Amino acid sequence: MLGKLTWAAIPFNEPLPLVSGAVVVLIILAILAFITVKGWWPYLWREWLTSVDHKRIGVMYMVLGLVMLLRGFADAIMMRTQQMIAVGDAQGYLVPEHYDQIFSAHGTIMIFFVAMPLVIGLMNFAVPLQLGVRDVAFPTLNSVSFWLTATGALLVNMSLVIGVFSRASWWGYPPLSGLAFSPDVGVDYYLWSLQISGVGTLLTGINFVTTILKLRAPGMTYMRMPVFCWTALAANLLIVAAFPVLTATFAMLLLDRYLDMHFFTNDLGGNQMMYANLFWAWGHPEVYILVLPAFGVFSEVAATFSGKGLFSYRSMVWATLGICILSFMVWLHHFFTMGAGADVNAVFGIMSSIIAVPTGVKIFNWLFTMFRGKIDFKTPMVWLVAFMITFMIGGVTGVLLAVPPVDFVVHNSAFLVAHFHNVIIGGVVFGAFAGYYYWFPKAFGFTLDERFGMASIWCWVIGFWLAFTPLYMLGLMGMTRRLQHIADPSWQPLLIVAEVGAIVIFAGILCQIAQLYVSIRTREQRRDLTGDPWNGRTLEWSTPSPPPPYNFATLPRVETIDAFWHMKRTGRAPVEPVYEPIEMPRNSPAGFVTAFFAVIMGFSLIWHIWWLAILGFLAAVIVVLIAGWNIEREHEISTAEVAQMEQAR
Amino acid sequence: MAFTATINKAPTAIPTELARGRGGGGPAPKRTVVAYGFWIFILGDMVMFSALFAAFAVLRSNTAGGPTGAELFDLRSVFIETMCLLLSSYTCGLGALSAERRKPSRFLLFGVATFVLGSAFLVIEATEFARMVEMGAGPSRSAFLSAFFTLVGMHGVHVTGGLIALIYLAAQAIAMGLQPAVLRRLLCWSLFWHALDIVWVGVFTLVYLMGDFR
Repeated sequence: MLGKLTWAAIPFNEPLPLVSGAVVVLIILAILAFITVKGWWPYLWREWLTSVDHKRIGVMYMVLGLVMLLRGFADAIMMRTQQMIAVGDAQGYLVPEHYDQIFSAHGTIMIFFVAMPLVIGLMNFAVPLQLGVRDVAFPTLNSVSFWLTATGALLVNMSLVIGVFSRASWWGYPPLSGLAFSPDVGVDYYLWSLQISGVGTLLTGINFVTTILKLRAPGMTYMRMPVFCWTALAANLLIVAAFPVLTATFAMLLLDRYLDMHFFTNDLGGNQMMYANLFWAWGHPEVYILVLPAFGVFSEVAATFSGKGLFSYRSMVWATLGICILSFMVWLHHFFTMGAGADVNAVFGIMSSIIAVPTGVKIFNWLFTMFRGKIDFKTPMVWLVAFMITFMIGGVTGVLLAVPPVDFVVHNSAFLVAHFHNVIIGGVVFGAFAGYYYWFPKAFGFTLDERFGMASIWCWVIGFWLAFTPLYMLGLMGMTRRLQHIADPSWQPLLIVAEVGAIVIFAGILCQIAQLYVSIRTREQRRDLTGDPWNGRTLEWSTPSPPPPYNFATLPRVETIDAFWHMKRTGRAPVEPVYEPIEMPRNSPAGFVTAFFAVIMGFSLIWHIWWLAILGFLAAVIVVLIAGWNIEREHEISTAEVAQMEQAR
Repeated sequence: MAFTATINKAPTAIPTELARGRGGGGPAPKRTVVAYGFWIFILGDMVMFSALFAAFAVLRSNTAGGPTGAELFDLRSVFIETMCLLLSSYTCGLGALSAERRKPSRFLLFGVATFVLGSAFLVIEATEFARMVEMGAGPSRSAFLSAFFTLVGMHGVHVTGGLIALIYLAAQAIAMGLQPAVLRRLLCWSLFWHALDIVWVGVFTLVYLMGDFR
């Protein structure tokens, strides 16, 4: 009846996961109870859960990403602490079984449920506003995308309390992740949560490619698009071209596990290296899916806070597209040591070095944008400086690793761990934070506190270098990654420094929480009444903060790059005040309800509860069919309402 | 002269960027947006199939002592199967044209023909699968057979989904008439159906023909 699900799935005999799981469940229940007592459900349902407004969906993506960042960070600090104390005779507080789940969950969560929601959230919020249009191409589909991503995040977190998570790391290489060596539900949690959220991500990619290529304000030619839109276009093209590969790869591994097939098994002709190739054929474009939008944010920030146009816009666009294509030609550098031979390794080593060139072009463009600018060191700008220094060093160690002989020495070591944290934290996370500070006043109508913002930057940057410089050194000293126990006591001092670094980063996170709290408390004094708090250059700053549901009462007419700057300089009003009725998409519960059934389906598939899985799948399909029957999905905002909202500015 | 008048008017009516094809003409009409989005979806679907094709190419000789393609495939039935699908694409095209011309009864006739041919394809495929499983050549026999059943089966799943969608859209066409929203969906559906045909051409060539002559 309930498949593999029994009371043994709840870890009663392991106090650590049980207590942490119970605390999380209690916090969630407390939040739900609070919402119920306050009577906020109708508001939440109407304005957020069923909303198809790209700005609301963007905010929800950001909230998801930031909440999951806390979860992923908790995993990180547990690992740091274990490595610091489990040296020599000491065994630490995490048994290998548990430690392996933590590093797997940390990687999975940070890539799929922190970095992805953060960049997709920023794209959702900013791209339609920058393009000067009213919403994305398929607003209801956008809501479905978000809720499927949330489904994946929920399933990963369920494994904390019910059953176990994967112990096969965030990429799940077979044969370890196959049925023979991982017979429990851990890998199934991993696979199903990523399959379901992956569908959501693919739909996002389709939606944004269509939006950017087919929906732009009149006059906005390709070469007048803001750079963030270009990077979003490149990232979403990569999503469409790469995520289906991941879906197919995971489908094969699932078939191995569920239907006794032999794609990646040790026996009957399976081929494990095929998994590595297919996984990284997705995995390398994925890092550019994450970092390109971050580059886009920094391009906007550099131009805005230097008070001048971006240096060499065209080279920025071509560098973005160059990275977009080259990102598919370097995947083998993730496994130089597999024995593909010197010639193959040489090709991929050279390609991996070449891809650093367009990235270098971008760094120079940002530097020359700042050169002779009137730089205003607001928080997003300081994030840009922190990013350029941090990311540059991460890039240099990356080029080092791209040389196959060097890679043979330091592969799978703490050096590699330091390298990719260097580029992902220094690039993606810093970029997401810069975007968060930059667009926050646009989303909520008030700015964030600067002092706590600066404090958080300093904590993050100092903490980052304290945490990861020791790992570079330890890697060169021979420390491999994912060690649950440290045999060599001479490594301990550096591991203590790394722990201190993680604690300093934690202080940075606390500063950000405090900043949000203080800013909300003092929001009346920090209202942005102009809609243009930073003296911005692109069209989103021509709308009031927060923008009305329809963004633009009349679509702006674009004549140059940096359209809003041009309008301000020439004294032209961004929109002529001619109001007409506006057709906007209706709210739709389809996304939320589909995701509800997707949770049921995913959970039952993980636990082999076949009847419930079939019911969940059919219910989700029926919801989609019912939603599709409703063709009148738009409602009209009347002229009077538009005029009223516009005059309230 | 009317001709000169048009030329004089052109610069104000059409922005020059649009005339030069640089995409400055403002948001595209809904029909374009929907069809374009669906093309991108098909692109993603093709990428997924290409990963399955790649897996098949890697694993095709890993028969682990089990039967090879040459021993298993019955090219005669696969040929009939292929013809069913190709013909269904033809009737699908005729149906789409009838829908565009607002001829509901003719559209339904071709819809039924497409459905019958698609179902025949599925029946032949299912029979072939059942025969192979009965011979002990199921998907868990070898890596080659895992890849075969997954690639061909995934195409079959797509065809099944397409047939269900066809019923759904025909019901919409009957209930709501051939209005623009329904026509947009029918356009997408026919794109999908033709794309499945293209995938099948790849399957027929790479899996069956090349597998048989090896």
